[in-house]
Amino acid sequence: MLHANQFTNSVNVAITGSGGAGVITAGTMLLEAAAKAGWYGLFTRSSGPQIRGGEAAAMIRLGKKPVAAPGDNFDILIAIDWHNIERFASELPLTQDSLVIADPAQGDIPLVIASSGARILEIPLKDLAKTIKKGRQNMIAFGAIAALIGLDEDVVDTVMKRLLAKRGKEALTASREAVVVGGQKIREAGFALAVQVLADEGADRWLLSGNEAAGLGALRGGVRFVAAYPITPATELLEWMAHNLPTMGGALVQAEDELASINMIIGASYGGTPALTATSGPGLALMTESFGLAVASEVPIIVVNVMRGGPSTGIPTKSEQTDLNIALFGLHGDAPHLVIAPNCVGDCVFSTQWAVSLAEATQTPAIVLSDQLLGQSKVIIDPPADLAFVSRRVSANDISEGYQRYGVSGSGVSSMAIPGTPHGQYTADGLEHDEKGHPSSQDKDHTAQLEKRSAKLDNYDFGSHWADIEGMGPLAIICWGSTTATVREAQARLSGQGLDFKLISPRLLAPARPNEMARALKGVERVLTIELSHSAQFHHYLKGYFDISCPLQSYHRPGPLPFRVAEICDVITKWSAQ
Amino acid sequence: MNIDSAVTAAFTARDYKSDVKPVWCPGCGDYTVLSSITKALAELALPPEDVAVISGIGCSSRIPAYLNSYGFHGVHGRSLALATGLKLSRPDLTVLVTGGDGDGFSIGGNHFLHACRRNVDMTYIVMDNRVYGMTKGQPSPTTEPDWDNALSPGGTGLRPFNPLVIALASGANFIARGFSGDPSGTAKLITEAIQTPGFSFVEVLSPCVTFRPDQRDWKKIVRPAPVVPTEDIGQAARRLMTDDGFNLGVLFSGKREPYKLASHKDEGDMASLEKQFAISRGIL
Repeated sequence: MLHANQFTNSVNVAITGSGGAGVITAGTMLLEAAAKAGWYGLFTRSSGPQIRGGEAAAMIRLGKKPVAAPGDNFDILIAIDWHNIERFASELPLTQDSLVIADPAQGDIPLVIASSGARILEIPLKDLAKTIKKGRQNMIAFGAIAALIGLDEDVVDTVMKRLLAKRGKEALTASREAVVVGGQKIREAGFALAVQVLADEGADRWLLSGNEAAGLGALRGGVRFVAAYPITPATELLEWMAHNLPTMGGALVQAEDELASINMIIGASYGGTPALTATSGPGLALMTESFGLAVASEVPIIVVNVMRGGPSTGIPTKSEQTDLNIALFGLHGDAPHLVIAPNCVGDCVFSTQWAVSLAEATQTPAIVLSDQLLGQSKVIIDPPADLAFVSRRVSANDISEGYQRYGVSGSGVSSMAIPGTPHGQYTADGLEHDEKGHPSSQDKDHTAQLEKRSAKLDNYDFGSHWADIEGMGPLAIICWGSTTATVREAQARLSGQGLDFKLISPRLLAPARPNEMARALKGVERVLTIELSHSAQFHHYLKGYFDISCPLQSYHRPGPLPFRVAEICDVITKWSAQ
Repeated sequence: MNIDSAVTAAFTARDYKSDVKPVWCPGCGDYTVLSSITKALAELALPPEDVAVISGIGCSSRIPAYLNSYGFHGVHGRSLALATGLKLSRPDLTVLVTGGDGDGFSIGGNHFLHACRRNVDMTYIVMDNRVYGMTKGQPSPTTEPDWDNALSPGGTGLRPFNPLVIALASGANFIARGFSGDPSGTAKLITEAIQTPGFSFVEVLSPCVTFRPDQRDWKKIVRPAPVVPTEDIGQAARRLMTDDGFNLGVLFSGKREPYKLASHKDEGDMASLEKQFAISRGIL
């Protein structure tokens, strides 16, 4: 009898193999079947740098309650082969309670795996696949896991039918046979999972990736134009948009480079259409000059930056929280702008929608800082509520003589004439300008326009969405982005052991909210910041721009390995005992 | 008969001029290019609010502020990209892009290739003076190899870029050359460029009297191209490859369909779009 993770009633599964072995297909099927059977889940993937043929791992954590963070260890590892296993064994922590399913035809269990002391179950995947016409090992593996978890056979069959519809009847028949064979091997071995979730008739769940979620949030927020230049790990967001924008009356254009994509969306937004592009670190670096143009000319745009390991080309397929500095400080001149960070996969919907709303309302460009761990992971969640922000940009419709596009007002926000509007003609300019938009290098115009642009953000009421604040106590953890879900789970786990702390995760990173932070920290005696950055970028930002009077310590390390809950629990426990 | 529209449709060149005074040197060719643009807009009777003029950085890129249309003076080299985003999302507008040889062919060279290739319906007017004027006299991609200057003493030694050949090879649908000393001729070229669907490229030889006083002699060299306009790309290629850079007129006018985005249908509803994420429970 295999016991599921004792802390959370979750089960953590990894399927590994070389490229083309079909581990991602098997993982996708498992996730969808589990969703139909009533599980919540999180699917993260790891792949090597090769385009095809490299190693791949599908990592699936299923739970009775929502799961947003990777599990501590893997309860089940099924290896279709051991190709390049040493390259990513560190991403697959195992214990002696883990069950490793391996094919004896692939050779001995590699030392990096065997040294964990995990139990081994041998299933001859390759030989079994040969007994089935067009049989595939990944489907035998899928059948084995489905049986271990106790997924309903009809549910499994429904999902296979849907996902294999395009591959024809023969492929479906072969897969069905393979799944049955895989399940038989598990039953023969006498393994079953201690915790089972029975399929029920509960409300529908959603299954989506963070990149899709950000795209959806943008559509909900009113984005109707996208310019796209592909880059890992942001491309899926753009591809999702390419298919879904037209049904909402919008359109996507592929640009020749990131310099073009950001200028295209500035052009579209200047013309009155809320616009977005998505990129990752290297692309964001190219876009920063024109991002400043959007600040100076007061054109709202959204740049979703899905972070990966840096600097330079870095680690394109893996996550890190290290584009914070460039997002906050990459612009030349004094250039107030918005930086918003979703704090879990599901929150990519809300945060992106909110970012569009803020950008449009303040006529200010926004960066949404997602990361690979959010963008390329898929989750099974309850459908995220549509908060239906209706803040739209202040546009000028009925204009008389003497229109001033950049007129200085109390809020800083001035009405924006959309081309086609009579008497509203003005020239948007990256040059400093006067209230009419005419170029000016005079001190009074420069000061007035700088103040106007910062007033737009200073005077805006961001409400309670600026941060998620959870829990109580004299200890506080401040973190951001994808680290939040892991800290959130650590909070629940440690609370069960009598260690309570407050969790503060700012969603609005720029403009900084020092006053709100000070209120959130009332009664807090010590603070620990946690982030995936070698140089502790977030920690230094908090020290420099927020008024935190209590002792502030940092736990930080580089990617690409994501934080795991046990690691964070250990760090917080030691820190709290200091 | 709609008398109102008949009355409002009448425009003069003055209706397109703003009250902002140009930063250009006395004698700069760009003054007359500016008036050629306003003449063309008046000829076409386009309401100023339905015209958007987009530019990058450089002397000639200052033009949007001197016009009474909508305008965008963006960053160096990216005007074509910005204009593409505007035109694709607002096909109802008439979009012009103005700039110089450095802005368009050096820092913006990649966008020039892809704008020609994409063939969005807009008109690109490049005031070519074979020098960076705003930074006080450095060689551009169209500068002669032996032109001595402080940044490349003795000249660059580099073969000049031929923008018309590149435009043709990259897919521009309309290619013409004008001269700032011939404002009426240039206005006619710009008018025809705007009227021709797709990406229209008009190179206007526009002397820089400050840093290239030798260009005052251009008025003695330029001539109307001694050929009739062609839509044959092979013939146009032969002409442009052997052209000395001073033949004025329409040098190519093709029939490529402009690029448009397949959208602008009625807006669907979010609820049906979001169904793609729903996983129904059980075997249904």
